[in-house]
Amino acid sequence: MSNGTAVLEEVTQTPAVKSTITSSPQEGADDLPLWFQQQREQGWREFSTMPNPTRKDQAWRFSNVDALDLSPYRFANAPSDDEQVEILERSAMLNGKSGRLIFANDQLLERDALPESLRKAGVIFQPLERALIEHEDLVRKHFMTQPAVLGSAKFAALHRAQVRAGAFIYVPRAVELELPIEIFHWLVDENAAVFPHLLLVADELSKITVIEHFRSFDQTAPGFACGVNDLIAGRGAMVKYICAQRWNENVTALQINATTVERDASAMSLNLHLGGSYSRFESLSRLVGEGARSDLLAVAVAHRKQEFDARTLQDHVSPHTASDLLYKNALDDRARTTFGGLIRVEPHAHFTDAYQKVRNLLLSDDAEANSMPGLEILADNVRCTHGATSGQIDEDELFYLRTRGIPVKVAQHLIVTGFLNEVVQRLDQAAIATHLHRLIEQKFASGAD
Amino acid sequence: MKTDTSAVNIDRDVGDFHYKVEYGYDAGVGLDERVVNYISDVKQDPDWVREFRLKALQTFESKPLPTHWASKDLEAIDFNKIRYYLAQGQRSTRSWDEVPEDVKRTFERLGIPEQERKFLAGVEAQFDSEAVYSNIKKAVGEQGVIFVGSTEGLKEHPEIFRRWFGKVIPTGDNKFSALNSAVFSGGSFIYVPPGVKVKHPLQAYFRINAENFGQFERTLIICDEGSELTYMEGCTAPKFNTATLHCAVVELIALKGAKLQYITVQNWSPNVFNLVTKRGLAHEESEIKWIDCNIGSRLTMKYPGVVLKGRKSRGEVLSIALANNGQHQDTGAKMIHAADETTSNIISKSISIGTGRATYRGLVHVPKHLKNCKNNTECDALLINSTSRTDTYPAITVRGTGNSVQHEASVSQVSAEQIFYMQQRGLSEAQAMSLSVNGFVNDLVRQFPMEYSVELKRLIELEMEGSVG
Repeated sequence: MSNGTAVLEEVTQTPAVKSTITSSPQEGADDLPLWFQQQREQGWREFSTMPNPTRKDQAWRFSNVDALDLSPYRFANAPSDDEQVEILERSAMLNGKSGRLIFANDQLLERDALPESLRKAGVIFQPLERALIEHEDLVRKHFMTQPAVLGSAKFAALHRAQVRAGAFIYVPRAVELELPIEIFHWLVDENAAVFPHLLLVADELSKITVIEHFRSFDQTAPGFACGVNDLIAGRGAMVKYICAQRWNENVTALQINATTVERDASAMSLNLHLGGSYSRFESLSRLVGEGARSDLLAVAVAHRKQEFDARTLQDHVSPHTASDLLYKNALDDRARTTFGGLIRVEPHAHFTDAYQKVRNLLLSDDAEANSMPGLEILADNVRCTHGATSGQIDEDELFYLRTRGIPVKVAQHLIVTGFLNEVVQRLDQAAIATHLHRLIEQKFASGAD
Repeated sequence: MKTDTSAVNIDRDVGDFHYKVEYGYDAGVGLDERVVNYISDVKQDPDWVREFRLKALQTFESKPLPTHWASKDLEAIDFNKIRYYLAQGQRSTRSWDEVPEDVKRTFERLGIPEQERKFLAGVEAQFDSEAVYSNIKKAVGEQGVIFVGSTEGLKEHPEIFRRWFGKVIPTGDNKFSALNSAVFSGGSFIYVPPGVKVKHPLQAYFRINAENFGQFERTLIICDEGSELTYMEGCTAPKFNTATLHCAVVELIALKGAKLQYITVQNWSPNVFNLVTKRGLAHEESEIKWIDCNIGSRLTMKYPGVVLKGRKSRGEVLSIALANNGQHQDTGAKMIHAADETTSNIISKSISIGTGRATYRGLVHVPKHLKNCKNNTECDALLINSTSRTDTYPAITVRGTGNSVQHEASVSQVSAEQIFYMQQRGLSEAQAMSLSVNGFVNDLVRQFPMEYSVELKRLIELEMEGSVG
């Protein structure tokens, strides 16, 4: 494994000085469709003119907006050959998968195509750049159609201006993928910036699971990630999305999600937040057809001076829809978390079932948990509840484990794992759950020293 | 659908009348330094109060309306069209006989003198800007309890007044507390000496009579060590077509071991903007409890709070809001924990009828290194019609281990089965609905003093009338 200095040298040796992400838009997009280039220009204009968020904005209340100084970050080069080999080695996660894309510094490194049978069935799994040419109409129809309403409109505009890498997935009517699709995004160089994009369109009655991994090559190099993922579950479709975010702890990350759930469809997302110095996640779930259901799950393990900032909106547009949110945070050292969530039941969206629960487990005296669970109900015949709790490890539970001869540290660790496990279990995907548990274990191990 | 309410002799329109009154003092329309100076002149304020007012006016002018989260309806207030000071005289009387006839008629119609005889230890009645009557029973007065209007409190007890005035709610707390600080007049000043337990409640009644008027009462209550007090306030105004502003600041101080309970039944007419800042400061082992019922007004924005400053102090907010057609009840609670072993409890119930909107906004703050702090928050909302709206916006910050905070909220409606069941037993649909709603708030109403719970239940029954079908 190469160390941080090697990476630094790599950058300084590069003759062409890359521009910063806030000084100019992405170049070299000439071969892409005109509408896409126009979107980029539009995005750049919006980003340049919109004001920076301040803590006075309700959407940024409690947030450390100072973390969003983007001036140091620049477009990075493709990793060296040695680095590429190592990245590929370290991108082996799941044994059974339908396909895989690996990006590093927004460059495509490897593509494991779908099996013949799925390709024949009409499933599309391509890098965004290629899909823009080969499936222009489909991409155009769905590309960033949902406005970023949860605070990060400026950063969504930046993403629109700078997006280069990412995946487009389309599952035709009634096609089911047994095994998940895997996508990796790696940050390699010091102050590198990436703009990962995912657009998933699941047509009627189809079924798919996608897992995105966000990783840093180096343990300390600062970086910036500004990702967008849009999930569309067509009539009766079942979509599962897992995000395993493990940037190193000097990365600033923003992830903007929009999920649209149509009639009788169901969407489930699980976001595991482990890395980043400041990591913000915005999730909009729109239930637009009767019988639609959305499950929003998240686990954050925060330690040292990490800050996790989650904002969600469960938007019930149609009657007879259901949504269920469960977010759990374990906070140690001087970590901070913020949860700002809203259930909105639009007029006429009667017979809504909506739940929202956030639980914070505080493990140190300097940790801080902020919760803002909100409801806006404009219809009747609804069942909505939300709850927020903040507490610490139950002394009785700890005592019980200690009487069985388990040392305090181990016992605490067991209790925290059990606390978080409830969320991961909801996925009902054993292989992925095992992988996520391993990531959580690694994080605990890294905090032990 | 009309239900049989002939047995109910109390209703929300009880306050909907007004008399022509000749005012001796009128600061005119609009707000500037001239108006503030006029008020100071008339009230013969000491210099420090005049300076305080003028500074507050600057703060008010420099602060924007809280538009990024608050209702846009606030923009409908035209501060230049409001009359800031109207009074007949400068001194309140101790006897109803001395109250001018036209003002006395108002309070008699509202039943205040009658209630005073029945169960109150003291009454203060405010008519527009100033208190016209304040009196406490002799026995209570002999215990050293002070219960006067704020103007009198400032003049006769400056040593207590100045020590606590503006200490719980600073001028710049928000735009409306600044406005109150600039033009305040009226309100109560209460001091309960150490160890005195006032058995019967003290009551203040606030009445707006004039059109385009702004009432800015300022209440300051201090319960000294180990004392106990229950204070109740009621308010009404006639229905005018133009907006009326009620903008109060209420500061409570409970010293070591004191118990202070503050009860409000707000039944302003639906043209009143009710923008009130209420906060208590709880010292060691003391308890401050707000009971807050909001039934009237066009827009109410009120978030009673307790700063839990002393160890083992306790804060509580019990709140009922009823939002009918065209009303927005934006209410809530704030609990600032600032010492170990402090506990707080918030229970909020709201009912939205027709196009009414009820909003709960909460703040719970447990800062660093506190031990064994507990907060419990429960918010339940009931929606009656498909056009009704309810919102819940809590914000909870907890630092460190050793504290426990829980928040729960639910939204529901009266179930069709319940209504059907009661109709089976011969109740009309409206009666059934009214019964269900009363059941929804019952466990909370039961904690109120009896007279209030009866009145509140009747008010709810009346509000429910015609809301179904």
